[in-house]
Amino acid sequence: MQTLDMATTELREVNATLQSQKADTNQRAWEIVNPKGSHAIACGLDGPIEVTVRGSTGYYCGGMNKEATVHIVGSAGPGVAENMMSGTVIIDGDASQYAGATGHGGLLVIKGNASSRCGISMKGIDIVVHGNIGHMSAFMAQSGNLVVLGDAGDALGDSCYEARFFVRGKVKSLGADCEEKEMRPEHIEILKDLLERAGADAKPEEFTRYGSARKLYNFNIDNAAAY
Amino acid sequence: MNDMTKPPLGIPQTAPIKSATFTDPINAEIRRAAATGIYDIRGGGAKRKVPHFDDLLFLGASISRYPLEGYREKCETKVTLGTRFAKNPIELDIPITIAGMSFGALSGPAKEALGRGANAAGTSTTTGDGGMTPEERGHSSKLVYQYLPSRYGMNPDDLRKADAIEVVVGQGAKPGGGGMLLGQKISDRVAEMRNLPKGIDQRSACRHPDWTGPDDLEIKILELREITGWRVPIYIKVAGARPYYDTTLAVKAGADVVVLDGMQGGTAATQDVFIENVGQPTLACIRPAVQALQDMGMHRKVQLIVSGGIRTGADVAKAMALGADAVAIGTAALIALGDNDPRWEAEYNALGTTAGAYDDWHEGKDPAGITTQDPELMARFDPIAGGRRLSNYLKVMTLEAQTIARACGKNHLHNLEPEDMCALTVEASAMSGVPLAGTNWVPGRGGDY
Ligand SMILES: Cc1cc2nc3c(=O)[nH]c(=O)nc-3n(C[C@H](O)[C@H](O)[C@H](O)COP(=O)(O)O)c2cc1C
Repeated sequence: MQTLDMATTELREVNATLQSQKADTNQRAWEIVNPKGSHAIACGLDGPIEVTVRGSTGYYCGGMNKEATVHIVGSAGPGVAENMMSGTVIIDGDASQYAGATGHGGLLVIKGNASSRCGISMKGIDIVVHGNIGHMSAFMAQSGNLVVLGDAGDALGDSCYEARFFVRGKVKSLGADCEEKEMRPEHIEILKDLLERAGADAKPEEFTRYGSARKLYNFNIDNAAAY
Repeated sequence: MNDMTKPPLGIPQTAPIKSATFTDPINAEIRRAAATGIYDIRGGGAKRKVPHFDDLLFLGASISRYPLEGYREKCETKVTLGTRFAKNPIELDIPITIAGMSFGALSGPAKEALGRGANAAGTSTTTGDGGMTPEERGHSSKLVYQYLPSRYGMNPDDLRKADAIEVVVGQGAKPGGGGMLLGQKISDRVAEMRNLPKGIDQRSACRHPDWTGPDDLEIKILELREITGWRVPIYIKVAGARPYYDTTLAVKAGADVVVLDGMQGGTAATQDVFIENVGQPTLACIRPAVQALQDMGMHRKVQLIVSGGIRTGADVAKAMALGADAVAIGTAALIALGDNDPRWEAEYNALGTTAGAYDDWHEGKDPAGITTQDPELMARFDPIAGGRRLSNYLKVMTLEAQTIARACGKNHLHNLEPEDMCALTVEASAMSGVPLAGTNWVPGRGGDY
């Protein structure tokens, strides 16, 4: 395991070191100590390395990740794993706003709670939150899966497209054009796999599925009040 | 018999007078709205008349200023963008860039033509809402990658392929509005690039999903720089809304370049009410933005690109004389490619319009084959010939701007200054800070030199 100490190493050097590890690197395990809430830690990674961040991070940790596994042993600031393409980001603590925003792929696991706008505009990412999520989560979500073991705040899935939401607890309210959906066998399968990969101790059958009612897909003046 | 309904012969009648308030176009719009129940969506920029570069004139040389010899004495046109933080600033031969126009709004071949034309003229092109296509990356040697609220197609590989990144906060046609691409234009390819179902009406977001306000933006820019190794310049594009403050905040957030798009700026598709009623005219935006840069000691250190209604070399020269480092063109580039060409008049008529007025770009039925995803219409457009026309046009504009600059005694377009101009109207004078012709007066300021 290689260690990068942010008490003595600049952010630029930390990221440049991690970003330059390509697919064939033999230095796969990295550890960042003393992150002290710095922003943009371990963003733009582009290879199958494993990075453990010991402490809490600021904005955009793991942003645009490809292939790497980033494990935050602490909590994450806003926009963690934003626009992730592939790989895994795991947060042991809580995540602030916009966790996994616009993510295209990969798996984001939040062991604590996520704040508002979790999975906003998600485009294929899978997000599993062990705790609760805040309001306006999955706003304009396009595709991918958002799994919540706890409760969801107001306006879940507002103006969503084809993304799926699975919530075990209560949903305070659904957003415009988001509705409860039937849980079919294929959804149970998807959920089972995600729960397993996220190390979540829950049964797929306990969840309710939500998704787009597809009523706002094409503009109709009689729906104007929904906006 | 005496007909009481007719006035007696020889008495003049009241002429039918149409209202200046309820004009024919207004009345037609009321009827259209009443019949359809939907607001008018269209492409292009503001069609109303607003104070513009036409309201400024150059003074030329005189006893106190001597001119440079046309075609003999050099007048430089090169511009370097992104000198503040980027390791690799963008160097352009001419200060006229191609503005961001999305694949989706434009066809693949139209994007290719923009790249070909810009390359031949030594300038850059810009992606748009919808991501980077191989056509434009392949044909543009200098490509600016837009970072938009929708993040359609956004990915780190394309980000790292870009020569600059433009964070779009606003667009002059619709400050505070998001994008719009109606179902007709969501082809398989467009849908796939945007991760959206085919055929839906697609409204892209007006706010970025993962930051709000200038302090967040600063951190977002840090992230983009970290992902791209601080190599490429980061532009911030703002609509002409509050140019003094927006420019100040963009610089504070760490921009290398500020792109300022006035209200006449084109769009692929937006509500007409938005295009015509929100934002400030381009002319009114430049001086406050330049003032903001000067107040921070950042003029020429952070470069300013101005867009919105740039049509001629004179417009380029005037924008630069007011303090811009470069300009960007959207609508004019499309016209150079062949948009709204009278050769398609019969087809424009069939669509209920006429060449020069066609703006239903969102419908995807463009007879010129540019703002469409319909394979048959697209095939009408030849990207090589289109690119050639664009490069000709860019070169003509550059020559025109040089002609004016030489006449003002300037050996670089950047040396043009407000003192080289006068304003034709009180309004233009007040907006641009250039004295009213025949006076030394700028409304709102003292008359002393
Ligand atoms: C067809 C079309 C598509 C456009 N798409 C985008 C876009 O995706 N992103 C953006 O920031 N601006 C977009 N714009 C605005 C241009 O980048 C630019 O601000 C504007 O066209 C400049 O004004 P002009 O058309 O008068 O030259 C678009 C404009 C047009 C005409």
